[in-house]
Amino acid sequence: MTVGALRVVSPGPLSTIQDLGRPGYQRIGVSVSGAADRYALRLGNLLVGNDERDAAIEVTIGGAEFEFTSPAIFAVTGADLSPTLNNIPIAMWETVSAVVGDRLSLMSPAGPDSGLRAYVNLSGGFDTPHVLGSRSTHIGARLGGIEGRALEPDDQIPIGPVTNPALPGRRVPEDLLPQYGGDIVARVVPGPQDDLFDLDATATFYNSTYTVSDKSDRMGCRLQGPEIPAIDGTHDIVSDGVLSGAIQIPGDAQPIILLADRQTTGGYAKIGVIASVDLALVAQASPGATVRFERISAEDAAALARDRTASLRDISFDGPASGAVQSDELRREYNLQIDGSDYRVEITSGADGGQTTARVNGIEYVVRVHPGE
Amino acid sequence: MTAGTPPEPRILICGEDALVVEFGHGIDPVTNDRVYALAAAVEATENTSVVELIPTYRSLLVHYDIEMSSIDDMTGFMNDLIASSAPSTDDHDNSPRRIYELPVAYGGEHGEDLDDVADHAGITADEVIAIHSGTDYRVYMLGFAPGFPYLGGMDERIATPRLASPRVRVPAGSVGIAETQTGVYPMASPGGWRLIGNTPVSLFDPNTDPPVPFLPGSFIRFVPVSSEEAERIANQVADGTYRVQMTEQGG
Repeated sequence: MTVGALRVVSPGPLSTIQDLGRPGYQRIGVSVSGAADRYALRLGNLLVGNDERDAAIEVTIGGAEFEFTSPAIFAVTGADLSPTLNNIPIAMWETVSAVVGDRLSLMSPAGPDSGLRAYVNLSGGFDTPHVLGSRSTHIGARLGGIEGRALEPDDQIPIGPVTNPALPGRRVPEDLLPQYGGDIVARVVPGPQDDLFDLDATATFYNSTYTVSDKSDRMGCRLQGPEIPAIDGTHDIVSDGVLSGAIQIPGDAQPIILLADRQTTGGYAKIGVIASVDLALVAQASPGATVRFERISAEDAAALARDRTASLRDISFDGPASGAVQSDELRREYNLQIDGSDYRVEITSGADGGQTTARVNGIEYVVRVHPGE
Repeated sequence: MTAGTPPEPRILICGEDALVVEFGHGIDPVTNDRVYALAAAVEATENTSVVELIPTYRSLLVHYDIEMSSIDDMTGFMNDLIASSAPSTDDHDNSPRRIYELPVAYGGEHGEDLDDVADHAGITADEVIAIHSGTDYRVYMLGFAPGFPYLGGMDERIATPRLASPRVRVPAGSVGIAETQTGVYPMASPGGWRLIGNTPVSLFDPNTDPPVPFLPGSFIRFVPVSSEEAERIANQVADGTYRVQMTEQGG
């Protein structure tokens, strides 16, 4: 059941619907895809009262604007792309209420260390069709999202029913917030083809600083730095399966860290795989950011991931736990001048999906919204 | 390593939540059979810690759920399966082959490079078609794109280099040759393979279960059809009434 919609005013360079991805079909060549920063998506969903696997909009770099065509509770997580509601700055990692006609903008990164990809999470989630068990968009394979493509102006993204409404002002505790940007230290589980690199090459890999290239995308984060030559130059292997976070070293001896939209199989030697808890930082790294690698065992990397999942399972948010939405949070006032006449407009949304009314110069109108028309 | 002695499988760590079982580095039917035998053995256990399997030419990636298992448990689990699922040396010849028939309209508008392939091989276009459709191709793996089959076994007489300049758009269903490989494009994409024909069969449809007409580990046979027949089949594919023919051949 769909209860409303969000209208895309501008998608910016790349906005897509993403959830936690489409595992289970790699053996037939279907990429997993899903949110590049899974942690930000999971936190955002929990914050607005959704299942952590629900779908959100992944906004890349900025330039995006959305219009609410129904009242909603939402939160922006991930990269700080200077979010505003009706041109007024709003907090990241915090629930905010929106009424019909409100405009959410994510225009540009707040700073060099803000990250690249923000997530717009709505209470109820986005109710686009499941394709092979997921709503995630994979543009190359034209799967998921809206018609398998990036969002376009005037798309109406259907919102699912709200089962567990969150209140505005609910915040992610400080100690759970990721620290994007700057100098990233990514922990690496060596293998499966680390034996194709000799001691010198391996030492170069772990002791050097690499710079994120502007050729990075949702398929992979490309790095530049000291070369990591394979023994006898055998960077090409017989193609085998690849997972998120795998670090390929192709013939140019420069690392590529595979991200959500990676292909399912690859023919380049993989020196290691990034610990999942550090992969979100890589996925958020802007061109020019630096990455250093540190060894970690598979056991320790798995323990970090288990700890993270436990911290999300036991999360308690700051801010209001329960109670009614304050009426002033569901009201907007505008003073408009049209053809020389002044209009005072008050938009009020009923709590819990009640009707929206507009008072124009004291005369009340009921607002009906017809999403998708 | 001496020829004829299959390499001992190696278990490799692939990050915090996956293992790779590698059966050497060969692209050959015996090695590939071992991969699919192990994949079948994993599936037969119905071990719920296994998230998914990615079988490829010579290795099996096992992605597992770290909330339900650990690297030590999974290594032990896979070692036990490797010991019990190892096929005897001549096993692969005795297991039945599943052969899927893909109708192909060769040449002309369906395969613009057929004459170039014939010229390169120094034979006629009809001979290229006879050679290309006269072999059963092993589906070593699916990868690169949804439904894209990595096929083995093409006759080297029709091997042809890739185009010097790739096409911007290759239509879905295009059957092509690149060096000693042959393959089919599941969806329209850029590509540099020499196109010799086109199949009206959909190689990937997310709305069907399974989304692909054949699974890796099976075989494909290209069956030449006329343009009219291809069009008739395309209509059946469009209205969902077409079924890919499959035959089983014992060893």
